Amino acid sequence: MKIDASKPLEYSTEENSNKIFGFWVFLGAEIPLFATLFTVYFVMVNRFADGPSGPEIFEIGPLLVSTFLLLTSSFTIGLAVHAMRHGYKKAMMFFMAITLLMGLGFIGIEIEEFLTYVHEGATLQTSGFLSSLFVLLGTHGAHVSFGFLWGVGIMIQLWRRGITPATANKTFIFSLFWHFLDVVWIFIFSFVYLKGMM
Amino acid sequence: MDLEKFKVHGEPLIYGAMISIALATIGILVGLTYFKKWGYLWREWLTTVDHKKIGVMYILAALLMLFRGGVDAMMMRLQTAAPEMKFLDAQHYNEVFTTHGLIMILFMAMPFIIGLMNVIIPLQIGARDVAFPRLNAVSFWLFFFGAMLLNISFVIGGSPDAGWSAYFPLASLEFSPTVGNNYYSLALQISGIGTLITGVNFIVTILKMRAPGMTLMKMPMFTWSVLITNVIIVFAFPVLTVALALMMFDRLFGSQFFTMANGGMDMLWANLFWVWGHPEVYIVILPAFGIYSEIIATFSKKNLYGYTSMVFSMVIISLLSFLVWAHHFYTMGQGVMVNSFFSITTMAIAVPTGVKIFNWLFTLRKGRITFTTPMLYTLAFIPIFTIGGVTGVMLAMASADYQYHNTMFLVAHFHYVLIPGAVFAVIAGFHYWFPKVFGFRLNERLGKHAFWWIIISFNVTFFPLFFLGLMGMTRRMYTYSEETGFGPLNMLSFAGAVGLSIGFLLLVYNIYWSTRYMPRDTTSDPWDGRTLEWATPSPIPAYNFAIVPKVKSLDPFWESKQKNIPLFEDKITKIHLPNNTGKPFILGVIFFFLGFFLVFSMWIPAIVAGVGVIVMLAAMSFDQDHGFYVSAEEVIATEKKLRGETV
Amino acid sequence: MKKKGPLYALFLSLLFILPGCSSLAVLNPKGPAARTLSDTIILSIVVMAFVLAVVYILYIFVLVKYRAKKSNEGYIPEHEEGNKVLEAIWIIIPIIIVAFLSVVTVKSTHAVENVANEYQDQKPLVIYASSSNWKWHFSYPEEGIETVNYVNIPVHRAVEFRLYSFGTITSFWVPQLAGQKYAMSDMLTYLNLSGDTVGSYIGKNSNFSGKGFAHMEFETLVMTDADYKDWVKEVKETAPALTEDEFKGLLAADHLGRKTYSSTHLDFSPPPGDHSEHMSGDGMEMDMHNGGEEHEDNKEIHPSPAPSSQTEFDSNPAPEVEEPLPSSPVE
Repeated sequence: MKIDASKPLEYSTEENSNKIFGFWVFLGAEIPLFATLFTVYFVMVNRFADGPSGPEIFEIGPLLVSTFLLLTSSFTIGLAVHAMRHGYKKAMMFFMAITLLMGLGFIGIEIEEFLTYVHEGATLQTSGFLSSLFVLLGTHGAHVSFGFLWGVGIMIQLWRRGITPATANKTFIFSLFWHFLDVVWIFIFSFVYLKGMM
Repeated sequence: MDLEKFKVHGEPLIYGAMISIALATIGILVGLTYFKKWGYLWREWLTTVDHKKIGVMYILAALLMLFRGGVDAMMMRLQTAAPEMKFLDAQHYNEVFTTHGLIMILFMAMPFIIGLMNVIIPLQIGARDVAFPRLNAVSFWLFFFGAMLLNISFVIGGSPDAGWSAYFPLASLEFSPTVGNNYYSLALQISGIGTLITGVNFIVTILKMRAPGMTLMKMPMFTWSVLITNVIIVFAFPVLTVALALMMFDRLFGSQFFTMANGGMDMLWANLFWVWGHPEVYIVILPAFGIYSEIIATFSKKNLYGYTSMVFSMVIISLLSFLVWAHHFYTMGQGVMVNSFFSITTMAIAVPTGVKIFNWLFTLRKGRITFTTPMLYTLAFIPIFTIGGVTGVMLAMASADYQYHNTMFLVAHFHYVLIPGAVFAVIAGFHYWFPKVFGFRLNERLGKHAFWWIIISFNVTFFPLFFLGLMGMTRRMYTYSEETGFGPLNMLSFAGAVGLSIGFLLLVYNIYWSTRYMPRDTTSDPWDGRTLEWATPSPIPAYNFAIVPKVKSLDPFWESKQKNIPLFEDKITKIHLPNNTGKPFILGVIFFFLGFFLVFSMWIPAIVAGVGVIVMLAAMSFDQDHGFYVSAEEVIATEKKLRGETV
Repeated sequence: MKKKGPLYALFLSLLFILPGCSSLAVLNPKGPAARTLSDTIILSIVVMAFVLAVVYILYIFVLVKYRAKKSNEGYIPEHEEGNKVLEAIWIIIPIIIVAFLSVVTVKSTHAVENVANEYQDQKPLVIYASSSNWKWHFSYPEEGIETVNYVNIPVHRAVEFRLYSFGTITSFWVPQLAGQKYAMSDMLTYLNLSGDTVGSYIGKNSNFSGKGFAHMEFETLVMTDADYKDWVKEVKETAPALTEDEFKGLLAADHLGRKTYSSTHLDFSPPPGDHSEHMSGDGMEMDMHNGGEEHEDNKEIHPSPAPSSQTEFDSNPAPEVEEPLPSSPVE
């Protein structure tokens, strides 16, 4: 394995740089995925049949908290990558832990939100609108949950193996994924919640 | 647990299929045990990460599926050969044409092409493997187990029966209450994920792993076509992923996406399906264009005419392929403006396609054309595909489509496009690259016999369908009455279908015969090839190239042979290769069970399998595989052996 | 060429096998819409035959001339990059052909999406055609009669079919009179059709809709005006009224023979919301998705219930439906 010291650790081998490029391509595929879900949502947004419409169920309070958590976690994962580049393993682990905890908080709030909806009688089966809402939010939430498990896995590897080209590469790719989820969330926040509440 | 829903009731045909599947499985298991091949199978194939072996497995699976889809086709043609046939009832006919479409497109044409990509692309670009060999194995096993999941539907629970396009509300639980369309949503989902991963893998491979000196505009045309195809895959397959997920939610969890009540919208499915579905057609046809370009150049001993315009026409086709989906339902009542827009974008595709046809013809011009089997398929493609193309333009005209839509005319058209445009191409590619992979050629005489059977029978089978369509025969009718007058042409078509099966059986027989009797090829370049894959020994060693070639032109191998320019200038050094791993295979198996449990709404086992998937992914993440090195001495020894001591 | 022989033989034999043009329903039109389409199709076949001829002649020429022969043994073709002029030719000529066909397409699509020229002064006869399982229901709101699995129309009269479905997507098609159009549960679609020759024509559903699909046919009888009037009168006098219960029974059946009633189901089971503003066919920019969104404006107040539900459309009367209710005829 040739290591090119002139490049950052996460790019240092050919395999590493291929993986990062490959992940960008994968994110390229995630864009049409979410774009399709958004399209479905926009088609369905007024088709709420006998069920509630968006403004009737959306609650701004928890939403602001979860948005704050996710946006901040995008910042802390950035700090983790920064620490990684300087070789500060402890700081890196610390920021990653913060990131994941905030992700967990986000998931918790989302689950709470879903339970509230269901409690109010707004379920997946109620209307086309709610089906598309649950699936759009759920797909994003599933990504965050998967990200959480993935992040935990990477942290264990970091803890055991230290900052190596392989773990640095994984952390960097993870950070790309996390930022991407953040961007998707901004779209959801603006076009689902804000637009729905206006 | 209600065992009733697993059972498929019906005819002797189904029981026959069950028994033959059971016997074949037992036969394979006993055979493997008797010949003590379990270890060999596991070490050399199931755990392999070698792109060539994965490619061969893709092609084997595709041939198997060709047989399955072909049997479906024969049953359909037999059932409609004469008025009021009693061979299949409506339900089975519906299942048969649905699986025929699904299998031929998704589990035959696509994997065959992905198989050829796997074998050839790293060789053509002078690389030692794809960018992510282990991921490549994951792709294959997801595809394979997705295909298996769809195939067991025939005997466990019932096949999908709403057409391969599965329009809602017909495919909803209300109108299609069997588990058939659950299989549809899950089997396609699993293999679709595999395809998406392939897309990512090959984009990275082609963009990042080319031999030094091979700029984008010096890439062989097949590599170009594969690059563009994989870009289409990456943008189109997520749409299918979403559509299938919504379908699954509707059928398994009672959501309201495509329902008729509570705000559901059936037309949404048709749109999502075809936003993926039309690019899918180009996913199977563009690589075919690449294969033909290679073969035409080789067998007319000329470089490809108009290389730049060939590349651009493919790029334009790929862009347009995303802008034409509504031509699949002009009749949905969306008005003149929308229909006109989609008519024009659709017809516009004829322009770049025409450019390719003329470029091929001008490549042949002033060449020295030899009629080998792969070249025969290629040459047959041009006139036949042109018929498919011009009828495509006719169908693209929205007004006229009001009369063609859903008729046999349409069926004739897309078989005239897809069979020459994809099937002939993979057969041609198969004959062309076979000696590279296995070290001996397929017999030419048998190959040509099969060719003539296939080409003539193809036209006898499908040409009459144009007329049947104009007579008003709709597709997917399991029977018709005497008075319609559809009988004679359908009988002719059935006769053609029999001829086609004979042709394909000859083709398979040729593989068997050649394996036993054809002399081994020692030149490693039997066709006087032009691109880098012919510069490797045949069969190809695990590391592909002992020395990474230096590329100076398009057709580098041809140039090096003509002008005595050395391709391999460096010294042989040790070569790094990845280790085999069984985890992709196990992941595929778990996905299979996850899909199966979901099909039957068995939630607890499904959750267990879902956890299993996550555990396997974690296990793969924690793996530390540093691969291994092949020493320089070993490389030199292998090269000598494969080249017959000439190096 | 070796390979062309069988192809020609095939083509010729097909010409002999074909029982002439008259059996090609699509090319044997008996109404203005079908005639426009038939003319369009024949024109496109002629243009495409020209394209095919160019390709085939070139193809045969190069294969004959440049095949490997004894006489050109050892000949190594020269490297050839391509030719700007030639490539421009085979880009520009196809563009001209496509542009020409585009104009033809837009014109003919516009023609068949509207009342045929010769009948434009007439107020079209409105007939609702709805499908359920594998049957067709035809409701004549103006006459107040309803039929199942057959439809009678007067000759030389503009007829506007309004199509919808009580279930799967079906496609209403009378090949000799007009092109097809989908019938869906969600929205009404419109089909202009007229017959200019008295006679009986096969109509069918062309869109696969499940088990009974192959037998989902109906007869379209084009009658003289006098015959039509007599028929309507006779139906009104002799046929029973269509009750809600009776209609539920009709919907539930898989297949039915012909039925005739002296009232329509439209009163107690109105069709889905009217969207003629989108469907009028004259040049309204409508993106597929936007179409969906707009049309669900009606949806909110008027969700179409499942066909199996107990309340057929009547649970939610559609106050905003602009089309005249069946009880108040169009004229």
